[in-house]
Amino acid sequence: MATEHFPIEAGHIMLFARSVGDANPIYYNAEAAADTEPGHIIPPPTFVQSSAQFTEGYNLRPVIGEPWFGSGKEPTGIQRESSGGGGGTGFHAEQHYEYHAPIQPGDVLKAVDKPGNSWEREGRRGGTLKFNESVTEYYNQDGVLVVTARSVGVQTSRVVE
Amino acid sequence: MALSKSNINVGDQHSEQIVDNLTRTQIIQYAGASGDYNPLHTDEIFTTEIAGYPTVFAHGMLTMGMTGKMLTNFVGDGRLTKYGVRFVAQVWPGDSLTATATVEAIREEDGVSLVDLAVSTVNQDGAEVVKGSATARIDG
Repeated sequence: MATEHFPIEAGHIMLFARSVGDANPIYYNAEAAADTEPGHIIPPPTFVQSSAQFTEGYNLRPVIGEPWFGSGKEPTGIQRESSGGGGGTGFHAEQHYEYHAPIQPGDVLKAVDKPGNSWEREGRRGGTLKFNESVTEYYNQDGVLVVTARSVGVQTSRVVE
Repeated sequence: MALSKSNINVGDQHSEQIVDNLTRTQIIQYAGASGDYNPLHTDEIFTTEIAGYPTVFAHGMLTMGMTGKMLTNFVGDGRLTKYGVRFVAQVWPGDSLTATATVEAIREEDGVSLVDLAVSTVNQDGAEVVKGSATARIDG
């Protein structure tokens, strides 16, 4: 996901750590974090995924004033190819991170997308599976590469049993 | 407490229960924090009536994130150099997950001591939901 401006914020790290059930004080408390080896609040290992919050046009976030495909009065507002309708569904198949340099609140990251491979195979549970790989490099405000993320998505042709 | 070459051996394991009886509320917390608002994870009506699943299910990244807690508890804060997983099976509300890291290798690279770990997370039935690997810096 290309993201021009991903501000690393202590409150966001706290919310993310809560959501994965991680009570480690290094994610919550700057004073406690000062006594750790990193010496400051750091994000949990999978935190950069939440750059989606700052990705313009991210398709899994409702857009103000536009219909959303989740339920309201009816089960769905609009049909989407990528999720639901027709039974086929997009899934996350793999996720890989390489950590190159520390991240801390106050940093502002920029994510740069690089195209990856695509391939297909027959699956046992979801019909034909179409795989797509993408590589995202996260750079900090000094231009230092801090994290490389490689994601593999899979599109199934029917509901996974 | 960071790991060091002197206090770990190939074959050593570290296991933690990373969630007990996963709630829909925790899945919603993850959606809100991560920004992935796909209704498949949070919207029971959409997921059952439109997408055709028995109920909502967890983001793969929630399971990866919870598994990461086991890893950082084991290797220490800021010590991971690599962490990757395959999402093997879906995780449903009510699932209880246990994550395990197994020491596969202890090695040196450019003068840095590293440990390679196999990572596996299973549900209450022993079925694997996440399978992966990680590498972390350890003390020499």
